[in-house]
Amino acid sequence: MTSLPETTETRLGLVIDLDICVGCHACVTACKGWNTENYGAPLADKNAYGADPVGSFLNRVHSYEVTPDDGPAQLVHFPKSCLHCTDAPCVTVCPTGASYKRVEDGIVLVNEADCIGCGLCAWACPYGAREMDPVEKVMKKCTLCVDRIYNDNLPEEDRVPACVRTCPTGARAFGDLGDPESAVSKSVAARGGFDLMPEQGTAPVNKYLPPRPRDEAIDVLGPLLDPVAEEPTGFLKWLDTTLEKLG
Amino acid sequence: MHPAPSIILFTTLSGLGFGLMAFLTLGFPPVTGWIAFIFYGLAYALAGVGLILSTFHLGHPERALKAFTQWRSSWLSREAWGAVGTLVLVGLCAVPAVFADFRVYTLGLPAAALALWTVYATSMIYTQIKSVPRWHHSSTPILFLAHAIAGGALLAGQISLAAPLLLVLGLIQIWAWQSGDRRLAQSGTTLVTATGLGSGGDVRAFEPPHTGSNYLLTEMVHVVGRRHAMKLRIFGFGFMVLLPWLILVALPFHHALAALAILSHCAGALICRWLFFAEAEHVVGLYYGERGAGK
Repeated sequence: MTSLPETTETRLGLVIDLDICVGCHACVTACKGWNTENYGAPLADKNAYGADPVGSFLNRVHSYEVTPDDGPAQLVHFPKSCLHCTDAPCVTVCPTGASYKRVEDGIVLVNEADCIGCGLCAWACPYGAREMDPVEKVMKKCTLCVDRIYNDNLPEEDRVPACVRTCPTGARAFGDLGDPESAVSKSVAARGGFDLMPEQGTAPVNKYLPPRPRDEAIDVLGPLLDPVAEEPTGFLKWLDTTLEKLG
Repeated sequence: MHPAPSIILFTTLSGLGFGLMAFLTLGFPPVTGWIAFIFYGLAYALAGVGLILSTFHLGHPERALKAFTQWRSSWLSREAWGAVGTLVLVGLCAVPAVFADFRVYTLGLPAAALALWTVYATSMIYTQIKSVPRWHHSSTPILFLAHAIAGGALLAGQISLAAPLLLVLGLIQIWAWQSGDRRLAQSGTTLVTATGLGSGGDVRAFEPPHTGSNYLLTEMVHVVGRRHAMKLRIFGFGFMVLLPWLILVALPFHHALAALAILSHCAGALICRWLFFAEAEHVVGLYYGERGAGK
């Protein structure tokens, strides 16, 4: 069970476009909502209205500031969830077989009935993709909405992960990254999609698309604010020179 | 990493217990009868209390038996088998020694080897974790085995062996600290590789995903220990190595002094094991802006 499959039939995953994401956290909310009402133990919050609220989330959005050598700093919003790694270190450390990677589509899942809540898989994950539920005391992680993507009871457009379905800017795409002809694979090839922490040797399925370089002249209103007259004239000139004299 | 008291006590006490078992089953000292009862009793108490404590950090301890199923791939599962196997095999040595004044020589070596292999399996739970570069190194199993062997020799009353072994443990501990301090930097994992944003310029964590804390921060981005790390290293080293070594070498043998040496060693070992967890840096901290900006 906790050995990794040699190959998987498909490699389902997400492609996240850091150029488009505006950091609205709608994917976080949609994920929390769907995964609290459906598959597995609900994603709990503790002390939600108190001084020190904590809760389990399967997707979180960081924000980073990138400052080029010449030019203004750029803010990059950075959603992060399970990358469904090909060589998932979280799976092989599991002592009970609760963690596994599916042969049919490569999704990494937790069988919550077998999870003893030891937390070792969360330690093994370099990305912080796994969180212990504070109430159920079992390990929670992104399921790639396995209960949506194959769900015939849903309209076809809803058979994608909740985060992808809800993203208002289209910064998240879902598909088979094992198929070079899929839309997600093509966008990765075209945009130079990359892995997070490649040196950790996890071979993530999810890819990130880099922010595009900013245009040179993005400041369209700035030129309109230039002083109309460099040197004052009339009363202002008199005021200027008088004030200069006062020192 | 979060230094959970149950894990620190478990790894330290069970390591000492398994180390003592290794010496007893090999006949150092060759005890039988009541004395064997006390020695083996102490070893079983240390290992047993440690193993019971290890279930305290589980979310679902009632399912702990499932942890025996994945020995093919999981070091935690292998450790569980090693611990149970050692307790059974050492029991086969202890029962005749205690009740029939008879030592089973043929079982001594396998029992001692399995006891030390169990300590090795415990250490591999941490060594295998690549996302904690400080642990992902050969010094981790060597340090755990040195703890068990030196502590076991001390508990078994093998003074001529324990004194040099304590010094060896001390040297290995210093090596583990010194080399460990550099290992996160050597691992090559930085905020740049974590985010892939380095080509655009200097990367700095601007805003975390949430205003409060979360499981990842409390479990893996523990920073309290590092503020006092140097002081604690000196205390840990002094109690674990220097004080017991001085007692063994410089003072005449007395049971009260031996007990003091053992207590000092255990206290020092607990401090060092606390540091083993508290000082360990998990790379997920990079996403939260710990350990500085990325260039």
